[in-house]
Amino acid sequence: MPAPPRPSPEQLLKQVEAEERGEKRGKLKIFLGYASGVGKSFRMFDEGRRRKMRGQDVVVAATQSVASPETAGLLKHFDVIPPPAGVTGPAIDVDEVLRRHPEVVLIDGLAYHNPPGSKHEERWQDVEELLSAGVNVVTSINLQYIKEKQKQVEAIRGKAVRESVPEAFIRTADEIELVDAAPEYCVTHSLEGPQTAAMDPSQFQRKLSELREIALVLAADVVDHQLEDYLHAQGIKQVYGTHERILVCITPRSNASVMVRRGRRQADRFHGELYVVYVQQDDLSPRDREILDQNLVAAREAAAHVEVLHAEDTIGAILDFAARHGITQIFVGHSQQTGLINRWKPNPVERLIMESDGIDVRVFPHE
Amino acid sequence: MSDRPPQGRLRILLGYAAGVGKTYKMLEEAQQLKREGRDVVVGYFEPHGRKDTIEKIDGLEVIPRRRIEYRGRQFEEMDTNAILARHPEICAVDEFPHTNIPGSERPKRWEDVMLLLDAGIGVITTMNIQHLESLNDQMREITGVQVRETIPDWVVNQAEEVVLIDLPPRALLNRLQRGVIYGTDKAQRALDNFFKEPTLAALREMALRQTAHEVEVHQDGPPEAESPEGILIHVTESPAAVALIRRGKRVADYLGAECFAVAVTPSPDPAQLERHMEFARKLHIETRVLESDNPAEALVDFARRNGVTQIFLSKPPKRGLRLFGKRPLVMDIVRLAQDRQVTVVADRRKA
Repeated sequence: MPAPPRPSPEQLLKQVEAEERGEKRGKLKIFLGYASGVGKSFRMFDEGRRRKMRGQDVVVAATQSVASPETAGLLKHFDVIPPPAGVTGPAIDVDEVLRRHPEVVLIDGLAYHNPPGSKHEERWQDVEELLSAGVNVVTSINLQYIKEKQKQVEAIRGKAVRESVPEAFIRTADEIELVDAAPEYCVTHSLEGPQTAAMDPSQFQRKLSELREIALVLAADVVDHQLEDYLHAQGIKQVYGTHERILVCITPRSNASVMVRRGRRQADRFHGELYVVYVQQDDLSPRDREILDQNLVAAREAAAHVEVLHAEDTIGAILDFAARHGITQIFVGHSQQTGLINRWKPNPVERLIMESDGIDVRVFPHE
Repeated sequence: MSDRPPQGRLRILLGYAAGVGKTYKMLEEAQQLKREGRDVVVGYFEPHGRKDTIEKIDGLEVIPRRRIEYRGRQFEEMDTNAILARHPEICAVDEFPHTNIPGSERPKRWEDVMLLLDAGIGVITTMNIQHLESLNDQMREITGVQVRETIPDWVVNQAEEVVLIDLPPRALLNRLQRGVIYGTDKAQRALDNFFKEPTLAALREMALRQTAHEVEVHQDGPPEAESPEGILIHVTESPAAVALIRRGKRVADYLGAECFAVAVTPSPDPAQLERHMEFARKLHIETRVLESDNPAEALVDFARRNGVTQIFLSKPPKRGLRLFGKRPLVMDIVRLAQDRQVTVVADRRKA
């Protein structure tokens, strides 16, 4: 799947400028759950309680309308800043939080449309303002509210939610913690109420499992990007291979549709990523040109990251691309015209196999 | 065998490092079950000297450990027979990948756990991602440490539920620095070595992905191939074979493919070859031995007859035998296997 949006250069620049001005941006921590009832609120307030015990100044700026008895018990530990006066509906009193300026603010539920007359349209924008002012924020969100995941989640849940938070904002979190639980646990602890109770339990569990898988992969992706950023910032070139990244090398002659299909499947199975490259050749016949274009279209349809490289040394270009993108498997076509395999000289595929350190090479015969 | 009790349910709490809170969570769950009126005991737990964890055991029934003498020293292991005799509904067993002291009835704790499950006892257990057999080589790449205590993937796949115990690395490092996980002297050593933020982040990512995979497998059963795949792993006496077997099996599991480990004899080192074949059998891979003085032909022929779509081979040594005009086996197989795919597995074990 294409990489989700990351903070824009402008955002990053703003951040750097803020740092240079000596402003300390607050840290954002997000508890991510895959469904209601996994215990996010409890975990979040429990963390708040522990921070308070360690002497941090912790306040609560938003709670859920319904709380489990355990969570309600935890809430007694905190000062709660009520919603701004005169506002109907759930809202954070941003100005009051800024005036009070605690070390940490707990906000249960990141995905809310603010009521009319609020400072910002969305609650995550409130959070952004608090972070910029140097307040640390600990907050919670359910998978279904992450904008880029909503289509997928709606298809499983069979219902839509209106509120959403962009995934790019989730990715700016300094820490993300997945609150995992077996689906069975959610069935008994869901506060979502009657509509889920009416559903056949095994069907409900199955749906929860699907959501759980998406949340786990999302958390893994966030961790992966953070790791990459960290390694990049430290100038470390190490590839950890935590994440399968498959590179399919196509030419007009290769059996590209099979290779791309297999690559897509393998990437999906491993929750990995798919790349397709073509190294430009000058002397293509019109027919080859046409086949190649079709193959590149098919690759884009398979949601691969597609790139056309320009280089005289094809194998060198592929190896370079693989190293830069942390590729773990290369798929390459191999012509069966035996005449091309010189018994005395390594052919390109052989060179690729020998020089691709730390990468598996899967060779596909041409038809 | 109609009098056989139904298999107990296995629940694994999966973490990515010491200190993320697996044991704590295990005991918390046991306490919860007890409150619900279930018959739960603690079969084994490792306090690690952590105050929070030790407090959690309060009020739970703990089966005393068994003392075993080995080389003049006393060791303690889980008393599996005592648990079987007590026969609770659910038993909490810490450290699933633990290797028992020599002289124990079974070499591995996971084998003890299997016995409990077979007797109809439900088990909650804990493990870290590093101990999963199929990830062993990647783990070494990430941590620089070769983990010896591993659990075959098929054992982990028996679990009804795998639940991730997640904690961001920075929080874990804070705990470590505050001396919660180890005493402060040991903590410093741990911080210098294994507990580096990028290492922890990488391990955490692996744990997240593995849990996602377990969830997927449990939803759908083993993945169904739109066109079934078969994988042949060419087992040799070379040290690279172990990593090749792990990798081939992992890919086969993920693709829902049939998997064969195939050796061609005569081998220059039959004993070593047999050890590798035994390793493959332990991972529940079907093994075959072919006799031929033309390995490439024998392997490709086997592949054709057994629905193998992918042949897994190790990478040939850098300075192959090119000087003598002999093509590496890989290239012979690529040339012969005109209708099969060949996967050359990288050597990830270099220092």
